[in-house]
Amino acid sequence: MTLDTLHPQTLPKGGPLVRFANVTKSYGSLTVLDQLNLDIEQNEMVSIIGPSGSGKTTVLRVLMTLETINDGVIFVDGEPLTHMPNGNGLMIANEKYLRERRSKIGMVFQQFNLFPHMTALQNCVEAPMQVLGLSRDEAEERALNLLDLVGMSAKKDQHPSRLSGGQQQRVAIARALAMRPKVMLLDEVTSALDPEVIGEVLNVIRSLNSEHNLTMIMVTHQMGFAREISDRVCFFYEGKIAEQGTPGQLFDDPQNERTKQFLHAVLDAN
Amino acid sequence: MEWRWDFTWEILPRMLWATGNTLMAAGVGYLIAVIVGLLLMLGQRTPYRLVNFIVREVVEFIRSTPLLVQLFFVFFVAPQFGIKLSAWTAGMLTIGLHFGTYLSEVYRGALEGVPKAQWEACRALNFTTAYTYRKIVLPQAFPIALPGMGNYLVGIFKDTPLLATIGVAELMHTANALGAETYRYLEPYTMVGFIFLIISLPTAMGLRRLEAAVDRAQGKTRY
Amino acid sequence: MSYLEFLSEYLPKLVSGAGMTVMVMICATVLAVVISIIFGLMRLSSNFTIQTAATVYIEFFRGTSLLVQLYWIYYVLPLMGLTLSPFVSGVLALGLNFGAYGAEVFRGGIQSVPRGQYEAAIALNMSPAKRMLRIIIPQTFSLILPPAANLTVELLKATALVALITVVDLMFVAKQLNATTWLSAQVFGTTLIVYYVMARFGLIPFLRSLEGRAARMVGKS
Repeated sequence: MTLDTLHPQTLPKGGPLVRFANVTKSYGSLTVLDQLNLDIEQNEMVSIIGPSGSGKTTVLRVLMTLETINDGVIFVDGEPLTHMPNGNGLMIANEKYLRERRSKIGMVFQQFNLFPHMTALQNCVEAPMQVLGLSRDEAEERALNLLDLVGMSAKKDQHPSRLSGGQQQRVAIARALAMRPKVMLLDEVTSALDPEVIGEVLNVIRSLNSEHNLTMIMVTHQMGFAREISDRVCFFYEGKIAEQGTPGQLFDDPQNERTKQFLHAVLDAN
Repeated sequence: MEWRWDFTWEILPRMLWATGNTLMAAGVGYLIAVIVGLLLMLGQRTPYRLVNFIVREVVEFIRSTPLLVQLFFVFFVAPQFGIKLSAWTAGMLTIGLHFGTYLSEVYRGALEGVPKAQWEACRALNFTTAYTYRKIVLPQAFPIALPGMGNYLVGIFKDTPLLATIGVAELMHTANALGAETYRYLEPYTMVGFIFLIISLPTAMGLRRLEAAVDRAQGKTRY
Repeated sequence: MSYLEFLSEYLPKLVSGAGMTVMVMICATVLAVVISIIFGLMRLSSNFTIQTAATVYIEFFRGTSLLVQLYWIYYVLPLMGLTLSPFVSGVLALGLNFGAYGAEVFRGGIQSVPRGQYEAAIALNMSPAKRMLRIIIPQTFSLILPPAANLTVELLKATALVALITVVDLMFVAKQLNATTWLSAQVFGTTLIVYYVMARFGLIPFLRSLEGRAARMVGKS
């Protein structure tokens, strides 16, 4: 078992909420994340844009521990996530360790992935009850508040098959929030939606950002929205951050050739 | 109870001969089933609604009732109507009919599995019905039918012991006879199980390979 | 005697035999379902030993004849010290055999649940056990019921074999009646009809209603 001794076992206080330290992820001979270094600060709203295959979704997936990484360490809230302390180094985390730390991260998927055999309300109380051990009353109270937040109170007893894509996605957001994560990951959450319902989902994200100051990492193709609400935008290309900056900097005054090409192509399409 | 190897070698020749009988029974039964299945399937696609309906109901009836009961029915009832059937013939006919109904469903599913668009394309290109079947539809239906047809071949093989109940001298019957003659059941029964295993497992694997080869020949990759 | 006379005299006996058939079927089905779930899950295990053990079991019971298995349990096991009643031997053989087929059906069902469901459960930090029990398996039911229904009908038909090890079921009664009356056409013909009625008008509608309930459970009406 390889021991990583390059990275510290904890980060100093006041550091970033999420840190990718030299993270590499490959599938066979294909390198998807290439020695990635990325810090996300508390309450920051970061958008990740880039062409397909650039690694942007993989960033979220390894942070959510849906995939393992090949090199480097990911830190969340000062502690390693993908690795656990062992002696004076770090080794790959086991399932038990992961489960203790995974709750800090929540994710909303492109395909919603609501549990089809449960109502909207049941979807939202399931994890708080089963994982956090809340009583049914506590979990329901929390869930009802969140469903109200996303505007889905009226449909709480409906099954997902009865809801539109936009409605399902809003329930999915409430479901993820019910676990009170420190950072929310949004993986192209509007890409599978019909145009007319994209707006309702973006509104929810907007209010989460402005009223609740949640730390969020959003992979998106919605350039206008990214520009509007992000604190920082990262442009990914071939597994590395080619350029990053405030929306003003990146969209209005891109420095990197690739960034310019990408923005041209995207804006031309619109 | 000790396993006696000397007894095992002693009865081996008879067991092997019975195995040959079993394989032949399975083979003949399967051939009959393949043809009967075709007839039954076509019988549900005639232009006459009543004929289709009757054939369909007969197929459902035979599919929903145990092979064992059907065997006894044919074996005992035929002589009472003056038809002399040996156990072997009765067995073959019954198995052929029984599994023919299963295969007719496999054929039907395979034909329905060919996309409607294929038929429409043939119509648009003005192919005759015969040509459509021969060159376009049947070649596409065949890989769909193949797994089912293969499964029932193995299935027939495993059902041949039922023939023992009406006296056909196949493996199970021979094992029973040996047991009754020598009062030793351990070796004969275990050998029967073992022989079935070493025949059906490679056959099943070979069938999977065949399916993959057919898929590849038609340009589909298989995982 | 006319067929009606035949029926009035002998149908009750046949029906009581059918009662035993139903008993055997229900017990064997319960055993088969339990085995299917256990061995289906074992087949999906990442532990090599567990997975191989399940594969061996499944291939063995699918690769050998049910009748041979039945005879082996009833005639050979006593020689090794384990004597089981005809009923138990029959239920055991049927359960073990159909459990093997069912395990593959169950496994196929689990693997058909969309990957996204697993990922959502991981994202919500559910443990593998809770994930399987609360999220994956409930969704498996609507996927596996059609093939499972076929297996159940096959099981009903297969129960006829237990007559050969002296369980007094429908087939056994039929053989007895045939031996005493030689009215083979009436006896076996009626027996076929009783099996048909049990399957077509009893078992299959029941299974259809189960399929309907499972579909409604995942929200498809």
